[in-house]
Amino acid sequence: MQLSTRHLLGIKNLTKEDISLILSTAGQFKEVLQRPVKKVPSLRDVTIVNLFYENSTRTRFSFELAEKRLSADTINFASSNSSASKGETLLDTVNNILSMKVDMVVMRHSASGAPHFLAKHIPAAIINAGDGVNEHPTQALLDAFTINEKLGKLKGVKVAIIGDILHSRVAMSNIYLLNKMGAKVVVCGPPTLIPIHIKEALNVEVSYNLKETLAWCDVANVLRIQLERQNQVLFSSLREYNLTYGITKEVLNSLKKEIVVMHPGPVNRGVELDSDVMDSKQSVILQQVENGVAVRMAVLYLLSNRKN
Amino acid sequence: MQILITSKKLLETIQKLATRLYETHPDMNEVVFVGIQKGGVVVANDIVSNLQTLHAPKKIQYGQLDITFYRDDIRNEIHSPDTMNLPFDIENKKVVLIDDVLFTGRTIKAALDVLLDYGRPAKVELCVFVDRKEHRQFPIQADYVGVTVETKSTDKVKLLNKEVVLIS
Repeated sequence: MQLSTRHLLGIKNLTKEDISLILSTAGQFKEVLQRPVKKVPSLRDVTIVNLFYENSTRTRFSFELAEKRLSADTINFASSNSSASKGETLLDTVNNILSMKVDMVVMRHSASGAPHFLAKHIPAAIINAGDGVNEHPTQALLDAFTINEKLGKLKGVKVAIIGDILHSRVAMSNIYLLNKMGAKVVVCGPPTLIPIHIKEALNVEVSYNLKETLAWCDVANVLRIQLERQNQVLFSSLREYNLTYGITKEVLNSLKKEIVVMHPGPVNRGVELDSDVMDSKQSVILQQVENGVAVRMAVLYLLSNRKN
Repeated sequence: MQILITSKKLLETIQKLATRLYETHPDMNEVVFVGIQKGGVVVANDIVSNLQTLHAPKKIQYGQLDITFYRDDIRNEIHSPDTMNLPFDIENKKVVLIDDVLFTGRTIKAALDVLLDYGRPAKVELCVFVDRKEHRQFPIQADYVGVTVETKSTDKVKLLNKEVVLIS
């Protein structure tokens, strides 16, 4: 079994079989993480560079840990303390790193399409760890893994993606993945944070009513309000956002069924999620983080045979 | 395709192996049996079910081991992993590894690597259904052998529908 692609640039160009293969392989890696020695030798001859042009805690740690659990050698690059701040271009930086015999590149960049650009120009396998407002494929894969673990399936599961859809690469990757796997998707948030033609373009339903959406869904994937990507005022205040779209324990308790609450992190406590929701047993946020390592191990493992 | 071992002979051989294992390990408390995915698990299921009959009502400790992430030919081809299930502690236990066909010895070498990541067994033994003795690439021998066969290195020996077949 092999993936149909040599890079993981986004969910958009994966097949349903690719997604199933990654998720089932991740299941086996999750077992590896429970062993006394949480490490396998699969990638011991592979060198990976983690190229982070944008801030990250969870994703960078998660990739680094996944690489180490696979016995790969890793190098970390953060643009703030590198030659990028001296004006070197992306391609030059990467070519310099590649001349040191690197096999795979994990990259996060604020420009949408940056990993696609790299994939065209360098021979290493590229894994997108988030590019601008385009995609964050490993987040969608770990979200799907978590939903499947919790509910035993993806097909037919009702997922609400709530919050800042406009600026969210997590939403994009999740929508592509859930549609491919036969789940039902509703995006919910203030009209200013939902792209106008999203319904036609991405085949999702749109709702501006939080309570109705929560009553409908099995899973609420709550997104962070990305203050750093908003150069205009799209809602009046964080307080108002919280009052209209923030998820509180009261709202959850008023529902007829117990829904699963997810969040890709980092959480703005008291804005999109109240603290008592985040810490409740309905929240699987920490399981998502745990599953992230297994899912990233699966992606790295499955792409590692196209070694140059 | 040629039948090397008929289903009748296969059944007899499994019973013989189970009896020998039971005689060698009268105290089953300290012994665990581990089948190697996938073919080894098919044989191990049958051997352990025989052992279980001999040992009833006490329970035989049995698990399944997958070597996929420990293969030495990973750069040539990526294999999908099978289920790994060792529902017991192997520390200071006697472990009997069970595989269907012993050929180059590379699978067993990988299986030993996997096993040692789970703990430090007191002893590891190897039980194989078919031994293709003349093709070993590592210094690995089995302690319990069902049938030894002579084959060419290019032949394939497989367990199919309770028979062992040779594909030239």
